[in-house]
Amino acid sequence: MIRIAGFFRYLKRNPRLAVGLSFVLILVLFSGLGSLLVPGERAYPLATTPNQRPSLQYPFGTDSQGRDLLAAVIKGTYLTSRIGFTAGAIGLGIGIMLGFLSAYYGGLLDTIIRWVVDVLLTVPGLLVLVVIASTIRKGMNVNSMALVVSILAWMWPTRTIRSQVLTLRERAFVRVAKLSGMSDLEIIFKELMPNLLPFLGAGFVGSVTSGIFASLGLEALGLGPMREPTLGMTIYWVMYYGAFIRGMWWWILAPILVIVILFVALFLVSSGLDELANPRVRRAV
Amino acid sequence: MNGELLQVKDLRVYYHTEAGPVKAVDGVSLSLGRGARLGLVGESGCGKSTLAMTLLRLIKSPGRIESGQVLLEGLDLVQLPEDKMRQVRLGQISLIPQGAMNSLNPVMRVKDQIMDGMKDHSEKMSQAELETRVYEALDSVELERGVANMYPHELSGGMKQRVCVAIAISLRPKIIVADEPTSALDVVIQRQVMETIERLQSALGISMILIGHDMGLMAQSVERLAVMYAGRLVEVGRVEDIFSEPLHPYTLLLISTLPVLEAKGTFKGIPGITPSLLNAPANCLFHPRCPQAKDICAQEVPALIEARPARWVACHLDEVQR
Amino acid sequence: MRLAYLLKRLGLLLLVLWTAATLNFLVPKLAPRNPILERLMEQQMTGGYLEAGLREMVEAYEKEFGLDQPVWKQYLRYMANMTRLDLGYSIAFYPKTVMQLLGEAVPWTIGLLSVSTLIAFTLGTLLGAMIGWPKSPKTLQYMIAPLMTFSAVPYYLFSLVLIYLLAFRGKILPLGGGYTIGAIPSRSLSFALDIIRHSILPALSIVLAGVGSWALGMRGMMVTVQGEDYMTLAEAKGLKGRRIFFRYAMRNALLPQVTSLALSLGHLVSGSVLVETVFGYPGVGSLLHKSIRYFDYFTIYGVVFMVILGISAATLIMDLVYPLLDPRITYERG
Repeated sequence: MIRIAGFFRYLKRNPRLAVGLSFVLILVLFSGLGSLLVPGERAYPLATTPNQRPSLQYPFGTDSQGRDLLAAVIKGTYLTSRIGFTAGAIGLGIGIMLGFLSAYYGGLLDTIIRWVVDVLLTVPGLLVLVVIASTIRKGMNVNSMALVVSILAWMWPTRTIRSQVLTLRERAFVRVAKLSGMSDLEIIFKELMPNLLPFLGAGFVGSVTSGIFASLGLEALGLGPMREPTLGMTIYWVMYYGAFIRGMWWWILAPILVIVILFVALFLVSSGLDELANPRVRRAV
Repeated sequence: MNGELLQVKDLRVYYHTEAGPVKAVDGVSLSLGRGARLGLVGESGCGKSTLAMTLLRLIKSPGRIESGQVLLEGLDLVQLPEDKMRQVRLGQISLIPQGAMNSLNPVMRVKDQIMDGMKDHSEKMSQAELETRVYEALDSVELERGVANMYPHELSGGMKQRVCVAIAISLRPKIIVADEPTSALDVVIQRQVMETIERLQSALGISMILIGHDMGLMAQSVERLAVMYAGRLVEVGRVEDIFSEPLHPYTLLLISTLPVLEAKGTFKGIPGITPSLLNAPANCLFHPRCPQAKDICAQEVPALIEARPARWVACHLDEVQR
Repeated sequence: MRLAYLLKRLGLLLLVLWTAATLNFLVPKLAPRNPILERLMEQQMTGGYLEAGLREMVEAYEKEFGLDQPVWKQYLRYMANMTRLDLGYSIAFYPKTVMQLLGEAVPWTIGLLSVSTLIAFTLGTLLGAMIGWPKSPKTLQYMIAPLMTFSAVPYYLFSLVLIYLLAFRGKILPLGGGYTIGAIPSRSLSFALDIIRHSILPALSIVLAGVGSWALGMRGMMVTVQGEDYMTLAEAKGLKGRRIFFRYAMRNALLPQVTSLALSLGHLVSGSVLVETVFGYPGVGSLLHKSIRYFDYFTIYGVVFMVILGISAATLIMDLVYPLLDPRITYERG
């Protein structure tokens, strides 16, 4: 209980984290409550009359394939977020493994991992994913999309975790733990992990962001799950049907609004976690 | 004390933190004559660096000059508008910084760093004149001319510090504030750099305030010494007098911790830790660590009084209060 | 010394390219399908155009990646082609080769990308430097929030919004393409202006989206730089504020900023690729989009490979240029 109260008190001092988390909460509520209130089938083609402007019945209007855009966006938020979180989880998992191995054991393993990560970071990730995704094409659904974008989501967490572990490894309390006879694994879990939590959080958010970014890119190019109304696919259909030439502003607005809120939320949370991890040092007297 | 070059009167500099005001400099008064050498000595955190920065008015938020005056030939630097203060810096008072390692701009050549100070003060000189001045400055600190075109990372620690000295004297200021100029150097280089500083200082008639924590260095370099503790002055006087008869218990301890060449055996430190300057109580701040503390020390702030001719001490001890 | 370092970097570059080429070779092999046949079937299904020479192409394909040839032989042949930059024929635009298509598209992309990135970087860096400088007007601080929002959002979202607002609604600027449809390319001023008009919106998308992150990055650097000792001495020297801002603060903060530029080239290219698809701008992005649409796998792989090549080369160049900016770095470092 005290922990929770302390948490809220901290949020007051870290406005970015607070705003970011509340945006996330809003989106979760939107998607969660939305899926309860609006029938999911309306998010698929031929559900209603196409090309309708927004009205009371269809607050976000409908698209050229007859989807209720409100339902589509609700479902899309959920699907795209799911892709993101899968990428985040996988990215973080791999990041933790590789980051620890690299930092803790050093040597050749470290050099190889570090080199691979650095090279992969400079490569235009989206294009690599395009190559991979275009081979899967027909079999692309939400789950495979999640896996594909996870392929490039692990580099940044690996880097961050590695450098943090390197810093911590040299600190006194690790030496003390080693001297008192703890095994390496014990040290990793009991001593290092707790100090890394903010960085793990930041790494997770980073992976989620890059996963969603990548999925939006792939989907906009036409490599996404064609049948599902993920946010990126909605944009793809916007371009395919030339929505802006036909003045269908509501079609463009709906997914963009949600995407912007999503990204801003992720950015703020990430920024807030950064602040948590590196509290600014006051100038010494 | 009129006719003095610099007079600091009851200066107070506080840092306003979330936890409260930290009284880094709490009522310090001192004076400096022309061509004089004053040492300011104390432990880390005693406020001496803050005092140095205040003389150049470089204190930044959350620090603030609460009250007091800094009179340079009668002109109060505390009240001066910023653009005039800018001219005073380097032109009248200059700084030899502590960490020369990082005090020079890594992406500028030495000569440009010596010249830009000259360019930004009132002097309008041609490029040729500026260059001549640069070479003169390098000569005066015994660096060869080739150094002018080098970058800081190509120089050794001692050379970098000499460049800083060259910069400090480039406009013939009236006062040099040397903030632990040799702390980061090894003993041999330390000696050389101090000699250079002293030679220039006396040749050009510049007054100097030398700040540090090394009593041994002070003994060799300055004429008068001010001992600072926890934001306040505890003893001020001529350096020979202080060393032969230290009146304040803190001064005594400082001197006694100096390693002597002949002495063998364990070295002593001063027991206890520096007090926090946050919400400092109104009593003698040294008394928790003072081997001769009395009851009154915990109740009253000792005032700085002239206990002997030209010697001021802030202490409740009888020998002082006589 | 210099030579050794250069060779080392080149070697690294070749290693990256070799990896990319090999992956490009292996990935399609992992999928149990024949893209040519697929294409033929697609065409039959949609009843679309039938290409003469398709049969020859299927045969040529079989020869290149023939099932009767052992894999290692295929690989060697493939690598030999790669070193000559022979990326094969385009499936969708036969008999054009992939290199030809790239040759047409790359100049557009380079033009758009380099100009917009330059503008975004310069603008963002200056803006960020001013925001991070304590002596700047406080109103600048209000820009932080919108800049943060801009930096978080993918580039092509801006494109969509801009197209709608300025091209469709506002009718100020063209909807897309590299130049007006039907216009005959010529070396005339009016044609050049036409091209520029068509580039404004794509460039604007890239600039708006990119400015935010450069500005925020530079601001962070400025804050870090201000804690350095040389800033203290600069002030103690009574230097003019302007001089301290430019020669001491910005000049030093610029170094890590340029490093992050070099590192983010990949991301920049990905972003602009998407922007091009939205506008139908005839660069590499649209080429990629079309080849995905038409199942033109050879072009897809070729484009990706060339982009990786381009970025690696650009990174190498920046790496070599860096010592000019920072005198502390020499070629001798390990």
